[in-house]
Parts: sequence; structure tokens; C-alpha cells
Amino acid sequence: MILTSPHISGHMTIKWFVYFSVRSICNSKTCNPKPQIEHQKQNIQTCSRYYLGNLQASIETYLEKTCKIHYRSFGSTATKIQRNPSYSALTSDDINHFKEILGEKNVIQDEDRLLTANVDWMRKYKGSSRLLLQPRSTEEVSQILKYCNSRCLAVVPQGGNTGLVGGSVPVFDEVIINIGSMNNIISFDKVSGILVCEAGCILENLDSFVVNQGFIMPLDLGAKGSCQIGGNVSTNAGGLRFVRYGSLHGNILGLEAVLANGTVLDMLATLRKDNTGYDLKQLFIGSEGSLGIVTKVSILTPPKLSSVNIAFLACKDYSSCQKLLLEAKRKLGEVLSAFEFLDNQSMDMVLTHLEGVRNPLPPSTYDFYVLIETMGSDESYDREKLEAFLLRSMEGGLISDGVVAQDINQASSFWHIREGIAEALMKAGAVYKYDLSLPVEKMYNLVEEMRLRLGQSAKVLGYGHLGDANLHLNISTPQYDDTVLAQIEPFVYEWTSKQRGSISAEHGLGLMKANEIHYSKSPETVNAFLTNPFVILLLGLANDHSMGELGNDHEDIFTAALIIKIH
Amino acid sequence: MVGRHPATSGLHLTADERVLGKMKIMVAVKRVVDYAVKIRVKSDKSGVETSNIKMSMNPFCEIALEEALRIKESGLASEVIAVSMGPTQCVDTLRTGLAMGADRAIHVDAPATLYPLSVAKLLKALVDFEKPHLLILGKQAIDDDCNQTGQMVAGLLKWPQGTFASKVVLDKEKQVATVEREVDGGLETLCLDLPAVITTDLRLNQPRYATLPNIMKAKSKVIKKFTPEELNVQIKSDLELVQVTDPPKRKAGVIVSSVDELIDKLKNEAHVI
Repeated sequence: MILTSPHISGHMTIKWFVYFSVRSICNSKTCNPKPQIEHQKQNIQTCSRYYLGNLQASIETYLEKTCKIHYRSFGSTATKIQRNPSYSALTSDDINHFKEILGEKNVIQDEDRLLTANVDWMRKYKGSSRLLLQPRSTEEVSQILKYCNSRCLAVVPQGGNTGLVGGSVPVFDEVIINIGSMNNIISFDKVSGILVCEAGCILENLDSFVVNQGFIMPLDLGAKGSCQIGGNVSTNAGGLRFVRYGSLHGNILGLEAVLANGTVLDMLATLRKDNTGYDLKQLFIGSEGSLGIVTKVSILTPPKLSSVNIAFLACKDYSSCQKLLLEAKRKLGEVLSAFEFLDNQSMDMVLTHLEGVRNPLPPSTYDFYVLIETMGSDESYDREKLEAFLLRSMEGGLISDGVVAQDINQASSFWHIREGIAEALMKAGAVYKYDLSLPVEKMYNLVEEMRLRLGQSAKVLGYGHLGDANLHLNISTPQYDDTVLAQIEPFVYEWTSKQRGSISAEHGLGLMKANEIHYSKSPETVNAFLTNPFVILLLGLANDHSMGELGNDHEDIFTAALIIKIH
Repeated sequence: MVGRHPATSGLHLTADERVLGKMKIMVAVKRVVDYAVKIRVKSDKSGVETSNIKMSMNPFCEIALEEALRIKESGLASEVIAVSMGPTQCVDTLRTGLAMGADRAIHVDAPATLYPLSVAKLLKALVDFEKPHLLILGKQAIDDDCNQTGQMVAGLLKWPQGTFASKVVLDKEKQVATVEREVDGGLETLCLDLPAVITTDLRLNQPRYATLPNIMKAKSKVIKKFTPEELNVQIKSDLELVQVTDPPKRKAGVIVSSVDELIDKLKNEAHVI
């Protein structure tokens, strides 16, 4: 098994997967061609011990609080990982083999295209891959992975490459498997709204398609023009509609994934309810590609509601924002579809760096802005409900001022402000980006503390999905600067950890945060990841020689898992 | 007191009215399919699908209303009246106008399909009733793209007109509006004696958003209803809509693999060489 930096479009895990890959190499060298289950179990135990050994070291490091953090030249925090010498280097035979599988056109060695594929959206992480593959079908993905497995070639799955934690680009010279060419919509059920499509479909395109049928995608994010659904699934993307439609764990009904040895795992159900065995697909959602490459997705799309209303509001302080959130959830109830906040510094950043953007509110400085969107089925009823809520909140002092969009263009301009903050930050220079889940009451305290810590050396912005208690803390400096970074990390992670928050609410771990996982997950939990029978199973399946006796049937997997558990 | 100027037979402010800035502005606004909606033609080709589609104020009408509000805010006018014609739902559009800052509104209850001449006749009747000094409209509606109503009502009223306005400057003393117009050859500047009709073009201004305080105030503003009969206007149409169809779909481009193939296609398919 060769997955080192697995991820389709978004984030990636790193060190502990490096362990996985090492482990599987160990497996392939020691396994007999046709192991019995007994032997397999033994191998797994051996390998578990190997893993645990490595993990132990990591835990000890954490416990001793001697995290050795090496800085990359442009200042992002990443453990200086060495390229694992067990992985082979690419040869011309390999390239020819890929050309046979995919055809000339889809095996790319062109410098320019490789350059874009090697660098992430934030231009913070750069790999040195020399080969980009563009399979067009699950079969091709399967053949590629099978071949790479047999040759011990490292790979990285890639989708829209819009991830923010360095998970979608190679760490070293891994072969990039870009799923972007697999962009067919397979089927759409107009009654239930269940969409089945390939993993390379761009989210915005899917949204346009289902909108035509009277439905909408259950998730929406700023990257929608480039991000692909496979990546969204693999990173368990959250987004702007999370407060209404919830997580992908609930909306994904099935998926098809290819494991590292080429085995195709067809879990592509289109059923709302299916309680027959373990729900394996849940492991894949949010696994950042470490368990396999998602090739097809089956997703439940909610009906498109005709009346969309949006208000852009100003609040004088953070506690008003919080109270407004509570009121909105109660008074707007079922029609509330988005609740976002941004601070004054974020608004400034957007107005300064983005074109064609203006502050919807009359010129006055407010400290906080809140964006509330409602979606319902009755235009006048919803409009009245929203206006009544807003007017009452204004009378109650929760809102200092606000505007309500009168047409779609105005609505888009409000969203442009909120969604454009990330882009504005990129234009402003270097940005240190943190995505944290924190208790709502404490969220902004972190922003204020960071401002105190950094003083004049950086601009600290706080914005995010207030409705989901998710803060996007962004620190902007003209250039990447290690002294600034030292002030930020590990303080931000420690602060979050003390609040029992998550150091990565929706962005994932990727290269950036894999080493910090212990701030949000106990050593026992991380240990459990690695010894989870299903994880081992899926990784074990990745090995050609393992599970030889078992078919690829769901039933057999289930049985095998039980056996391992029992023993 | 209203005076009649022999040349224009329009309505002029008396000296008192001029001093007190009692100029009234009437703005006509139309409820149309929202500009950002992807429209679909009905299967029976009788028109565009409008059920369950977001409707909003015509963008050019928004610009017209914005201009009127700015003139009022600069002290040159005392009242802005928003006017709309059509079925009951037009009231929504008028509410938007009131929320932007119009002082009051008039709804003429009429059938949904009104052609420019009927609208012009109704507007003339309202102008005779309200006696505004300036009538501002959007240059055209985005659903029919007629670009006729402003010109027709100016003709009926025998008022001067400045259409496609990209800049409007009022001189209260001289009772004159200087209008810069966007024309094919560039910009043309006209001086119009008030009262006059102005139709607005895109670059005139950027309309404001409806703020919460204004939305609150709008709830107590008056919307007066008229019927065409009360205005002594007979709505009859000389036009019959025969058919509405999609424009022909553009064919996808084709990538040819050689010069020979290109020549072959140009010769035998496109027949251009």
C-alpha cells in the first residue's frame, strides 16, 4: 500500500499515514502469497505492533512535550519528514505502463501542468512530482493503483486542489492521480433528489445541474467553482449550508472507492436507510483519502426552495452576535439556512483587496457583521418573518443596522463579501490560517488574545460559521515570518485544546496539522484509529497478498472484521 | 398655483413653490423576473416561465428611484412617489421602493400584460392627477426590452425628454435639468425645461440597499390604489404576442486535427470558401 499523502481535494494526513505505508511494505515482504486467515491475523498483529511502536514514539514525544517542529523555508509549520527510501523512484517503464493503461494524453509530464499540480491553492506547499495521471474511469484508477502498489510507488490523490492544509499536493515525488477527468453525472432521481455522480464533478456544476431539476446541493463553499465532490466527501467538507443541512456524514448515501491495491469497494447505495451491517462508507468520509480514492458518490440533495432572503447586519459587539444567533435559531427556526459572521478587520480586508465590492451598510464603523440567510417555500411569509425578526432584534439592541437584499444581485454581493475574505487575504500577502471549533461564547476571545500577542506585526481577522461554532482565524502579514509563526503556534492549538475544541473544524489535517492531532484527540483515540479492525482491514485489503481467501464482497469483509475482533 | 408656460404647456412651479423646494418627483417602477434568474420558455411557447420564479424591481427602475432619492436628499425635491402598474403582486415592488426611501406609492391595478402605450397613457393620467415636476423611468424593462414607455409618455404629455441619462443635474432656480445621454456616438448633453421626462441608463448611479430603519418606516407609508377606469384610461392592446421561443442553440466548437480537415469543413459544411 502506497498511500502517503492521500487526499482528493483538501486535506491530508501525514505522519501517521507514513507509518501505514511503512507497515504495508513490511507486510508485502513478509506475507506468503496465499495466507490463511490465521496467518493474516498474525500479520495484522505484527503490523499493529509495528504501528503501535511508531505511534508510541509519537505519543511519548507529545507527553514529554518535546515536539520537534521544523520550519519550512516559507514559514509554514511542518515536521521535516524524510522521503521514505522504501518507495521506488519513477522509471520510464512505469511511465510506459501508465501510458498503456490511460493513453498518451492522460499521462502528463509537461512542466507547466506539473507545476500547477504540485502547488496548493495557498501556494504554501510545493511537491516535486514528475508525473500527473488523469484516469477517466474507476477501472483505470484501479489499474493505476494496483500497478503502483506492486511497484511500491507513492501516490497522492488530487481533485480540485483547493484544500487549505497541504493535503492535495505531493510531499515529495509522489505520482499525482487527478480525478478531475471523471466528471460524469451518472443518474439523478427527480423524486427523491438522489444524485449519483463521479468524484471529479465540480461542486458548482453539480449545483447548476440539480438546480435545473428543482434541487440544491446540501453543501456550499467558497471554493465551489473548483472543488470536486470526491474531495468534499474525503474531507467531510462543511461549508455555508451546514447549519441547515448538516454534515456529509448524513447526506452521503453511498460511495465507491478504490483501495490502494486496486480493489474497488462498491458501497454505492442510493438508499436513505440501510441497516445491514457496518456503515463502512462513514470511515471514508473525512478520512482525507487515507483509506482509498473515492471514485463515485451518491448524495441526497434537498429540494430547492423558492424563497431565499438574505440580510447583512451590523452588531456592536460579539455578545450581540451570540444572542442574535440564539434568537435566529429560535425565531427563524426552520427557514434559517446560513448564519455567518465577520469582524471589522475582515470587512476592511475585503473592501481593500477585492474589486467591485462595497459595504452594504451606510458608512459607519461597526465591529461585527452578521449574514443571515433564510430559505423557505413562501416568499411573502418568509420575508415578513425575517423582517419581523430583524426589526424586533433591532429594537432589542442586538442589531445596530442592517440591510435586506431586494434581488438576487444584491444577495450575491452579500455572499461575495463573506466568501471573498479568503481571496482578499491571499492578495494581501502571507496568511496563517486556522480553522477551529470552539464554544461560541469563547470564540472571539481567541481573536482578541492573538491581537494582543501579535500587536503591530500582523493583522488578525476572525470570521466564520457562527451557526456551527466554527471560527476561521486568519493572521495576515506581508510575508511569511518565523517570529510571527512562533507567536501563533503552538499557542493557538494549546488555547483550543484547553477549550476542548477542534484544531481543524472542517479543513482537515493535511500536511499542516497532522502532527498536532494530539491537541484534539487523546493518544488512546489515535491509537484506536490505528488498531481499528476496519482500518486495518481496509489497509490489509490493500495488500495484494492479504485477504486472498476473502472475496471483495461486503459480506466477507464483515465476516473478516468479526474474526479479527474476536481474536 | 399652477401656471401654464405657453411654449411647453407643461406645469411650472410658482415662485413660492420654487423657494420652498416643493418639487415632486414621480418614478415608475416595474416588477419583472429577477435579472439573475435563468429564464425558461414555457412549453406552449406563450411566454416565459414566471411561476415560482424570483421577481424583483427592474434594475433600470431601481436606478431611476435612486436618482430621485438623491435629488430629494440634495434638497431640490420634497417628495418622491413610486408608481407601479399590474396585478396585486406589484405591491411587493412598491414596498421595495418605499423601503429604499420613496415617500409614498401608487398602485394601478391592471392586467399583467401591459404594453408601453397603455402604461404611457396610465402614467399621463397619474401625472395629471399628481402634477410632479419630474418623471423618471428606467430606460427599458428587462423582460420586454421595449425602450418605449418614457418616450411615449413624454409625447403624450408634450414634455421634453432626456433618455439614456448617465448624469442628471438639476437647476432649481432656472427650472432646468441638464442631462448627459449615452448615445451610440458617445455622450450628448441636453438642457431640458422642467417639467420633463428622464429615462435612466446603467451608469447613472448605484442603487442603495433597503436598510432596516427604512424597511420599518415603509410599513406605515401609504400605497394608494387606482384602477384604469378611475383614471379614464381604456387599456386595449394593438399588439398580439404570437410566439416566444428560445434562441437557436449555439453549436459546440469542433477541434479539427489538420489544415486539410479545416479546409474541408469550411468548404463543405460552412460553405464560406
